[in-house]
Amino acid sequence: MPGRTPVLSVRGLSVRFLMPGGRRVAAVTDAHFDVAAGECLALIGESGCGKSVLASALLGLLPANARTAGRALLGDLDLLAADERTLSRTVRGRLVGLVPQSPAAHLTPVRTVRSQTQETVSALTGVRGRAAVRAAARAAADRAAFPADHLDRYPHELSGGLAQRAATALALVGDAPLLLADEPTTGLDRALVDRTVDELRRHVDAPDAAGGTGRGLLMITHDLAAAERVADRVAVMYAGRLVELADAASFFGTPGPRHPYSRGLLQALPDRAFAPVPGMPPELGDLPEGCAFAPRCPRASAACAALPATVGGLACHHPLPGDDGEAPSPTASSTEDIRA
Amino acid sequence: MLELRSVTAGYARKAPVVHGVSLAVAPGEAVGLLGPSGCGKSTLARVAALLHRPDAGTLVLDGEPVRRWRHRAPRAQRTAVGVVFQQPRLSADPRLRLADLIAEPLRATGRREEAPRRVPELAAAVGLTRDLLGRRPHEVSDGQLQRACLARALVLRPRWLICDEMTAMLDASTTAALVAAVEDYRAATGAGLLAVGHDHTLLHRWCDRTVHWDDLSDAVAGEEGLVTPSPVTDGS
Ligand code: SF4
Repeated sequence: MPGRTPVLSVRGLSVRFLMPGGRRVAAVTDAHFDVAAGECLALIGESGCGKSVLASALLGLLPANARTAGRALLGDLDLLAADERTLSRTVRGRLVGLVPQSPAAHLTPVRTVRSQTQETVSALTGVRGRAAVRAAARAAADRAAFPADHLDRYPHELSGGLAQRAATALALVGDAPLLLADEPTTGLDRALVDRTVDELRRHVDAPDAAGGTGRGLLMITHDLAAAERVADRVAVMYAGRLVELADAASFFGTPGPRHPYSRGLLQALPDRAFAPVPGMPPELGDLPEGCAFAPRCPRASAACAALPATVGGLACHHPLPGDDGEAPSPTASSTEDIRA
Repeated sequence: MLELRSVTAGYARKAPVVHGVSLAVAPGEAVGLLGPSGCGKSTLARVAALLHRPDAGTLVLDGEPVRRWRHRAPRAQRTAVGVVFQQPRLSADPRLRLADLIAEPLRATGRREEAPRRVPELAAAVGLTRDLLGRRPHEVSDGQLQRACLARALVLRPRWLICDEMTAMLDASTTAALVAAVEDYRAATGAGLLAVGHDHTLLHRWCDRTVHWDDLSDAVAGEEGLVTPSPVTDGS
């Protein structure tokens, strides 16, 4: 969102995994994006495209064999350069609230929601004294629309939807300026998906503790319908690179996605063409030279053997037109042309 | 026909999750069963796949009532039904390479010698490349593993296919690819399909007809005096 100060500024973020035998897996390569206060950016892509690795990098939760490059600025703090002490004391929970993929696994099974919420309040806020902590925990549950009469339940006694709200309540306790939701709707049915993302949206729009412009939300998802419902902007990831960054309304509406991969993903939806993108994504440990989408791309040409630069959020030598409503039929050239 | 007649089933006798449900799938037909999470539709799918013995009611497969379940079911009935579940990691032996995973039902039925021909054929049909066949489940993505699980369900050429939330964890492109693989198989063999899920848009697009879980119970005016309790919905 132009004009607003970003909550999060990611510049040239790359993540490599060093594997036994000297192999390197290029999980994320040269990612650039911002998330502003009061804005939701949805990061979408197929499983294994690197989007969850990007989330782990922002939280300092990468395994020991990972190497990062670039910057991820949260105010003045570079999340990639921060040490574990800073990450655990000031980042996780306080500056970045994590809404996890499987809330049931995120909650401690042997303790009630109330006791976990109170503990989080004590750990992350200045609230002291039994009654005050209790009240703050109730308020946090309330903000996440978690019913007060379920606070004394254990995680396994909650439905999927309530477990998701309990986890969201914990993520909101620290009033972090950035919320990071990692596949928050996986395995939920459509009604619950809608409710979960609507609630996330509410937290984006609600003023923060200082009465400011709300929180930034980075939502990582493979659920395009959920992204369409909640996002202001969309970032599409393919084989570790952001290939398109676009306004959600024009991406899901007119003129539609401009990168051939994004176009293919949307056309796979059952209320669109219901046609898969042919083939499968490449291995991140064995990426081709040039555009990684070329072997599956209907628009590929000889030019695509060179890596496309990112221009205006778009990394493609032959993007679809962005002004008129109709997409032209893709050129019939195939991968043979590239290798020829 | 695959007929579920007044099936009651669950995990505790006193609290069945399926109450007097009837549903029939005609040969070659694709029926979508819609319902919210936790309503009992997966349990019904397990009954239809001969994996869960109902407490009451009957499953009739091509005119033959099913009397034995799971590994005790007669081979002819067991092999007539293929099944794919929501979570491939829970239904795939982590020690098996994908090629052996796909061939598992052949080995279990003494038809091991068909594997060298059938496995590559099916791998191509579900879009798995040759190098993936040599990997174990932890070395592939959820989508790739689910492709292998679908190939395994098809390896004995079942006349009936049960897909229980087969694509719920998958991205749009993998979903469309798996559905296309199922439809190619059905077009070639005339197999019938029961697809269970919660995604209206998907099941409407995929199936010949869809039925909603709430409309299936026939016990409301049941002679046994059963009253249909409302299905257990997600209580949030
Ligand atoms: S047109 Fe070329 S650069 Fe663009 S996505 Fe296709 S292969 Fe890649």
